[in-house]
Order: sequence, then C-alpha cells, then structure tokens
Amino acid sequence: MTHSGITMLEARDITKVYRSGAGDVMPLKGVNVDLMAGELTLLMGPSGSGKTTLLSILGCILSPTSGSLRVAGIPTKGLNAEGMADLRRKHVGFVFQAYNLVPTLTALENVMLALDLRGASLSDAPYLAWEALDAVGLSHRAHVSPSKLSGGEKQRVSIARALAGSPSVILADEPTAALDSENGKAVMALLAEVAKDTRRAVLVVTHDHRTLEYGDRMIRIEDGRIASRARRRPTSARGEFDLIEAA
Amino acid sequence: MRVPANTATIAHPGVSAGRTIPAGRRGKAMPMIPKLAYRNLFHDRLSLIVTLVGIVFSVVLVAVQFGIYLGSENRIAAMLDQAKGDLWVVALGTKSFDDPSLLSGRERHAVLSTPGVASVEELAVGFVNWRKSKGGSTAALLVGSEITRGSALPWNVTQGSASALIAPSAVAIDSTYFGELGIGKLGDRAEINNMEVVVKAVTTGIRSFTTLPYVFTTLSTARTLLAASPDQSSYTLVNVAPGASIETVRAALANRLPDAEILTHAEFRKRSLDYWLFETGAGAALIAGAALGIIVGIVIVAQTLYASTKDHLNEFATLRALGASAGYINKVILMQAVLSALIGYLLGMVLSLVVIWASQDSTLLIVMTPGLAGMLFGLTVGMCVLAAMCAIFKVIRIDPAVVFSR
Repeated sequence: MTHSGITMLEARDITKVYRSGAGDVMPLKGVNVDLMAGELTLLMGPSGSGKTTLLSILGCILSPTSGSLRVAGIPTKGLNAEGMADLRRKHVGFVFQAYNLVPTLTALENVMLALDLRGASLSDAPYLAWEALDAVGLSHRAHVSPSKLSGGEKQRVSIARALAGSPSVILADEPTAALDSENGKAVMALLAEVAKDTRRAVLVVTHDHRTLEYGDRMIRIEDGRIASRARRRPTSARGEFDLIEAA
Repeated sequence: MRVPANTATIAHPGVSAGRTIPAGRRGKAMPMIPKLAYRNLFHDRLSLIVTLVGIVFSVVLVAVQFGIYLGSENRIAAMLDQAKGDLWVVALGTKSFDDPSLLSGRERHAVLSTPGVASVEELAVGFVNWRKSKGGSTAALLVGSEITRGSALPWNVTQGSASALIAPSAVAIDSTYFGELGIGKLGDRAEINNMEVVVKAVTTGIRSFTTLPYVFTTLSTARTLLAASPDQSSYTLVNVAPGASIETVRAALANRLPDAEILTHAEFRKRSLDYWLFETGAGAALIAGAALGIIVGIVIVAQTLYASTKDHLNEFATLRALGASAGYINKVILMQAVLSALIGYLLGMVLSLVVIWASQDSTLLIVMTPGLAGMLFGLTVGMCVLAAMCAIFKVIRIDPAVVFSR
C-alpha cells in the first residue's frame, strides 16, 4: 500500500432512482465512496447489488439522482452530457470486462485513440502510446489487431489505453471475468502495479475472490448500500482484510 | 549518458523532456478521426461496395441527365449563339429559332435607317420537304444566310467550303444527317420543294434539338426554295454600333416595326430554351431524372451508412464512454460519408466520361463542363453528408453505460 492520502474521487450519499410505469427502482441508496491515490480498491457484491450502476456514476457516465461526486477535485453537479464526457476524458480511464477495443485499429492505435481523445498532439501520441504498451509489456504486439490478441493481451491493451494520458482514476469493470486464472492474475498484478502510482486511484469491480490479494481496500455493496468496508491487513500477503466499517 | 544513433531526444509538452525516442516510435501520427473513418469504411467491404454502387449510380444518373440538359441547351441555342447579333427582329409570337415565320419584307430598310445600327444580316429559315435521289423524303429546316457578306452560318465546314454555296442551288448539310437525307458524299444531289439542289459543303457536329436536319444555303437560294419574295426573311439580325445603346436601338426598332418583336440575343435564347425545355416538358423530365438520381443516392448511402454505424455502435459507445465528445463521433461518421463521396464521385465521374465518350456519335448530346463536374462534386458530398444524418441521429442517442452491460 502506497497511498498518498489524496482523495482522487469522492462520492457522497449517492442515490439513483429509475422511474418507470411499473414503479421506481432504486439500485443505489445513499452510497459513500472515497478512492485514494496510490490505492487499489475492490468493489464486490452479488449480482443486482448496484455495482455497475455505482461504477457508471463514479465514471461520470450516469448522473446520480441525488448526492454529490467529485473527481480529481472537480464537482460533477450541474454538468451536462458534454461536461461529463469532458471530465471522463481528462480524469477517468476505463478497463472493461469485454475489453471494448476498436477491432479495426491495432493495439497501438487503440491506445493512440485514447490519447487523441485526451488531446495529445500527433507528434506526442505515438511515443506516449508506445510507453503505455511498454508499461503493460505489450510493445512487441503493438501492430497486431485485437482479433489476433489473446484475452489476456486484449485486457492489457485495454489497461494501456486506460493508462494513456495519466488519468486520475482508473475504473475496471470485472477485468478478470473473461480470463483464465493465469491471465486473470497477470491482469490484477498489472492493475495493482498501476495503483502504486500515487497520482491515481484504481477501483476494480469484481466478484472474483482470487483478486482479493491485490486489493488495498475492499468495499462490499449489497442491495444498493455499502455493506462493509475493509482494509488490507498490512502484514498479509494473501488478501486478508481488517473490517473497518459494517452496515 | 550516450544517446544511440537511432534515437532522438524529445521535448514535447506532456512527455518528459530529455527522454529519448527509439527509432520507429518517432514521427507524426495520422489524425485518428480520418484513420478510424477509413478503417470503419473498409472493414466491411460488402457494405462499402453497396455504398459505392449507390453513389456511382447516383453520380452517373445525375451527370447524364444534366449532361443531356446542357447538351440540349447547346443544340437549341447553337444557331443563336453562332449567328452574331445584338438584336433579333422576329415575327410576333416566335417561340424559338426552329419556329420560323416570314417577316413582311420591309425590315431591312427600317433597321438600316434606324440610328445606332451598325450592320444587318437577314436569315430566311423555313421547313422544307427534302426528297432523296433514291426515293423517299423527309422534312428539313432550311437556313439561308448572307454567305456573300461573311455570315457566320454555316460553321464547322469540313468538306467543300461555305463560299461554294454561292453557286446556284448549292446547299450544305451535316455529315451526321447523311443517312437521313440520302446523301453519300459531297456533290450528291437531292430535291427541296421539287427543286434540285447539290451538296457543295459538309459540316460536322451541327445537330438540331428537334432532330430535323439543318440544310444551309444562301439567302437568295433559300428565298427561292421557300417561295419567299426577294425582300422577305425570317429573322433580321441587328448589330448595334459601338457606343450606341442596345435598349435605345431596340425601342426605336419597336416603334418602326410594330408587327415584329425585337429581342436581344439573351431574350431570344431564353425564349428558345424555355419553349423546348420547359413548355414541351423535356427539360422537366431531365431535371426530374436527375432529382430521382439524387434521391436514390441519398437513400442508398443513408441506408448503408446507417447499417455501418449500427455495426460499429459498440465502438461508438466505447468512444463515448472514454470521453469522446458528440462532435468527435459525428466527425468520424461525417468523415466516413465524405470518404465514400470522394471514392464514389471519382468512380462515377470516370463512368460518366465513358458514357459521354461512347455517346459522342449518337443522336444524344451529353455535355460535361468543369462547372457541371464541380456541381456534381458538391452534390455528391452534400448527398453523403445528408445521408450521414440518419447515422448521427442514431449515434447521439447512444447510452455509454451500455459498455458495462456487455
């Protein structure tokens, strides 16, 4: 654990209500989350507990019905769709379960696309993209298209894409779900390495208990509420956590 | 630290100054929007082919329709444009050059005595019956001009000469009408209104819009063949003296010749074009054909571009989730449309030029001008951009949250 004490993302009393003819659905009921720089936080919970909705809100993709969110110190209240997109572009990197690489672009170009979105110049982008691929150990596969990459390689490109441009927060949605055990561990080890950078925080949504050993903190969500918070036992190398809060 | 020969030092903002870039990682990248648009476009070849077929079909159809329209304009106005005249004295109610009536016969003197007039040329024009030497007959439009005074009619003489028409009963015809008029070569004979004529000159490329062959001769021979009096003509061309006002001369002529109309060259040209292209419906049909081509093009391009966008919707949703602005995504789709337009336009123009080249010896005159080519380019790009709107409407409704549900 190398956290710097800087809060990169702060969510307070987040509530989300979906209104429909059949009645209101409330997947989140007053959730508080802090993501600290230099930490990898695991968000765990059963299906339907509100993990994905919370991830969408923390990633500025969805707006909460109530509550406040600050990303890299910037409040999201009052931002329209383009303002939220701007915040995502500048401060949030995503790693998706299904990788979501653009199939018509090579690994390098996928990373360059993220850099292009983040405003990197045409002369900086190639170098920065190579650097990001170096960081995930995939520069030797830079010119390969996603269809020719293995699942583990695709996820590493996805991490490189999230890293490019140095966002403040990296949000990973079930990054190991589509991978075998070995690749899953490699990806989690990579995310844990990424999280050591004290300029960013990493949140991994997962239900894979094999990921526990890589987390610095763990938040458990159930039925739209935070059920527990735990911090990794400093002396443990096998993913043992000390409970610090329980509902 | 020594810097290897195949590296360069970088000092870009955002990249640590002083670090080295290995060879192969340097250089300026191609902008991502055109790259993504190009890759999306060429990713599904079949879809691209369908798009291009739609655009090419549209470009060729519009090019041919407008080409025929311009060709028709050229043919309708050919005589007017060739015969130099600031003002035309025509019989009341004349619809076009190919709708001649004989004037009273006093026009020449009335015109010459009008202040501001520099010169006058009379044309005797009328429908005649052309009897072929080997039997059979056809209608023709006889055009008698003042060849002895250097008339501009006929032109494009390729065999014989215009001056050879001075000989009695000499006529000139266009080579493209040889078959229709039963003529095989220079010197062949035929009859006009039961009087023998001999072909003393041959022109090329002078075809009428009405398909009636033009037969050129001198003013005096035409008067004889049309049974007109020695003073009569169908049109009196007036050239205004330098410095004189065309409007003033026109007003004076209108006072002197109340039984005739005095038209400027532009007015007579417009009247002829309006009559043949719009009163007969021919031009409207051509424009409707071109409009149909544009509509078909828009529909095909819109459909294929929409389908292509739908195929790539997940990628667009990912882009949106990564923070791409709506403008960025719209640019990708518009770039796809513009790239399709460029490729389709080039292929369509090549095919159109082939069609024009293949039709050059046919009765159909198709004209391609730089203006038409430019207009077609603008139209193609506009058509594709308009077609892209459907795809853009689809994309702007993407919920980026779908990236978590797959």
